[in-house]
Amino acid sequence: MSTTNPQPDAGTPVDRARARRRSKHRRRLANVAGLMASLILTGSLYSVLAPAQAADDATSESAAEAAGRELYDRSCISCHGENLEGVPNRGPSLIGVGAASVYFQVHTGRMPLVRQEADAPDKPAVFSDEEIDQLMAYVQANGGGPTLPSGDLREGDLALGGELFRLNCSSCHNFVGSGGALSSGKAAPSLEDSTDLEIYTAMLSGPENMPVFGDNQLTPEEKRSIILYVQTIQDMADPGGAGVGRIGPVSEGLVIWIVGMGALLFGIFWMGSKA
Amino acid sequence: MAARTATAPGAPTTRLGKAALEVDDRLIVAGPLRRTLNKVFPDHWSFLLGEIALYSFMILLLSGTYLTFFYQASMTEVTYDGSYDPLRGVDMSIAYASTLDLSFDVRGGLFMRQLHHWAALMFVAAIVVHLLRIFFTGAFRRPRETNWLIGVVILILALLEGFSGYSLPDDLLSGTGLRIMSAIILAIPVVGTWVHWAVFGGDYIGELIIGRLYIAHVLLIPAILLALIAVHLLILVKQKHTQFPGPGRTEHNVVGNRLFPTFAGKATGLLFVVFGACAALGGLVQINPVWLWGPYNPAQVSAASQPDWYIMWLDGSSRLFPAWDLNLPGDYTIPALFWPTAVLPGIIFTLLLFYPMIERKLTGDTASHHLLQRPRDVPVRTALGMMSIAFYVVLLISGGNDVVAEKFDISLNAMTWAGRIGMVLLPPIVYVLTYRICLGLQQHDREVLEHGIETGVIRRLPHGEFIEVHQPIGPVDEHGHGQLAYGGAPVPKKMNQVGAARRAVRGFFSPVEEPTAVELEQRAEGRGLSAGEADRELTSSGRPAEGGRPSDGGRPQDPRD
Repeated sequence: MSTTNPQPDAGTPVDRARARRRSKHRRRLANVAGLMASLILTGSLYSVLAPAQAADDATSESAAEAAGRELYDRSCISCHGENLEGVPNRGPSLIGVGAASVYFQVHTGRMPLVRQEADAPDKPAVFSDEEIDQLMAYVQANGGGPTLPSGDLREGDLALGGELFRLNCSSCHNFVGSGGALSSGKAAPSLEDSTDLEIYTAMLSGPENMPVFGDNQLTPEEKRSIILYVQTIQDMADPGGAGVGRIGPVSEGLVIWIVGMGALLFGIFWMGSKA
Repeated sequence: MAARTATAPGAPTTRLGKAALEVDDRLIVAGPLRRTLNKVFPDHWSFLLGEIALYSFMILLLSGTYLTFFYQASMTEVTYDGSYDPLRGVDMSIAYASTLDLSFDVRGGLFMRQLHHWAALMFVAAIVVHLLRIFFTGAFRRPRETNWLIGVVILILALLEGFSGYSLPDDLLSGTGLRIMSAIILAIPVVGTWVHWAVFGGDYIGELIIGRLYIAHVLLIPAILLALIAVHLLILVKQKHTQFPGPGRTEHNVVGNRLFPTFAGKATGLLFVVFGACAALGGLVQINPVWLWGPYNPAQVSAASQPDWYIMWLDGSSRLFPAWDLNLPGDYTIPALFWPTAVLPGIIFTLLLFYPMIERKLTGDTASHHLLQRPRDVPVRTALGMMSIAFYVVLLISGGNDVVAEKFDISLNAMTWAGRIGMVLLPPIVYVLTYRICLGLQQHDREVLEHGIETGVIRRLPHGEFIEVHQPIGPVDEHGHGQLAYGGAPVPKKMNQVGAARRAVRGFFSPVEEPTAVELEQRAEGRGLSAGEADRELTSSGRPAEGGRPSDGGRPQDPRD
């Protein structure tokens, strides 16, 4: 008000503003006091209940979780934060991703990341299976989320798995799971060397650009059917001869020009030179 | 009649001969047959390219007939219950199910399917290579424009035939292709919707199309193709084959081998080579494994869905073209898809079809030509051709740019932009380079004709100067410069090509006649290298003494026919 009107003709607006400021200070003080009071109350209540709780905590953070915390603090903390909350522009929060995500990311060597780029490429795993278990225990205990499945991961219906695969997966991973390009250097990886558990945990956790296929989108039985289909196709011999990558017309075009046309051109050169 | 033949001097005495005479008496075939068998075909490896296409077409007819015994062009839905486990229990069309049966339950079915598909790819590839040969050697010039037109129409029909055959199995890959085709038809302004209804009988692809494509694929297009191929060959025989310029070859003769037995023997040999190559591919390399693609379902699509290679350039053009929808007043839109998939091929095939007339108009050359041109001698045409190839290859690679991006770990966006920039920049660069290379090759030919072949012999002159001795190809003037004019034929550039070694050693591409003649001559003379060495005398001008063999090498031969 004072800025819009340069002439301080009456003292009243200034006084009113001053009064308002004073009351704001008062309100703020009251808020802080209230917060302090509730904190003290919580703290004292906690201290009353603490002994039993603390004893529980000490026993529940198992050796595996402690070892996982140590690994986490060494290799993951710089991007995922002290408390799994993530660091802006570096790494996402791990709260709620669960052991399934940890298993997929660390077991396929995608994590720890070498550098920030379009895609986290898979590479030989940095951590041993035991260390991965420890990391999973730590993240599961502190963030929660989907856990690893158990039982036979290929227990499903083959034909249903094929239909579900073509419906949900082939638009990025190709008909036969040989992978495909996405935008700006990202890619859906080939499923050729994937293990059952990797495929399952990938569906559960939706790494990178992949959507999450939770148990209400694809039931565990359907996931197992998809895995059965993918692995059956991968293990299947090609009845027609050399598979040439099973990617269809691109490799077939290369074969007809280089092998087919090449052989025939050589043939007619040879016939020409025998004239 | 019988009395006359009995007294004729050449009357047949054998039973077979008499039977043949009986036939000839009634049908009068001996004369025309003799004339046909005596027809002379010039000899060059590149003249066999069209034959590869012809033999591939024969394979297609034979293997395709076998496939029709088992394939059923029906869109009725069934539940698959065949040998292929991963699809058992899946609902699919009879067309797809019968293709699966053909692949897994019919004796020899998978081999025949693969043979048919490989031969189809080979057919189009051979047509393209044959077309390039005709283009680059100027074989389409007057009087052969008609055959060029027919040839281009055969190419276009081959593309349609290939696309219709590719769509028949009703698998997820070809179904995606049909969907794109439906979108292309809908994108045509004004008539698109009507054409779509005419072709598909509805808003969507529907169930009519497989039956229609089937009859087009097995009857309509093959019949037209067969008729056009027959006319193509008849015109070829009537107009006589072109030949490359060379010793004894003029605009008024044809130098080569008679149809029977030499040419027929060669052609039969090539027939078996083509059959063998296609059969080897069909038996050893898997093509279009439709069981892996799955039955067509409009809700499904796969990454890396491509058409066969001969349509891939149009897929590439639509991948590269920006998404420029043209919004006209009155709520009317021309979709971006229209330009790269309907306008572009329209322009390209029109230019291709009428190229002979365009060139005739631009050069003013309306004369009749039976001698071919070497590509280097027509730099503008050669450069235009190479430029078009560069453009085509950029589009072709862009048609598979997602596969390239995935396999070579390149960003798909980078591939798209490389294609867009390459499509514009590469053709002019290729044009300039080709033009320069043609001029360079021309110049080198003239230089060898003027100064002779480099012999590699270094001679020291009395005053200490070193010179390389050159072997003139023909007679020289008083300065030692060759007097032969360039005649459009290959100029020998190595001593071995003119028979300096014991046997004529030829390169893979060098022409046929001269060295063979040299070789025969040498055999007749029975002279070895050392004997030849003894009486060869090189002068500073490079003129050999009389009787030296090298000068014989380029001697024109008498025409064989």
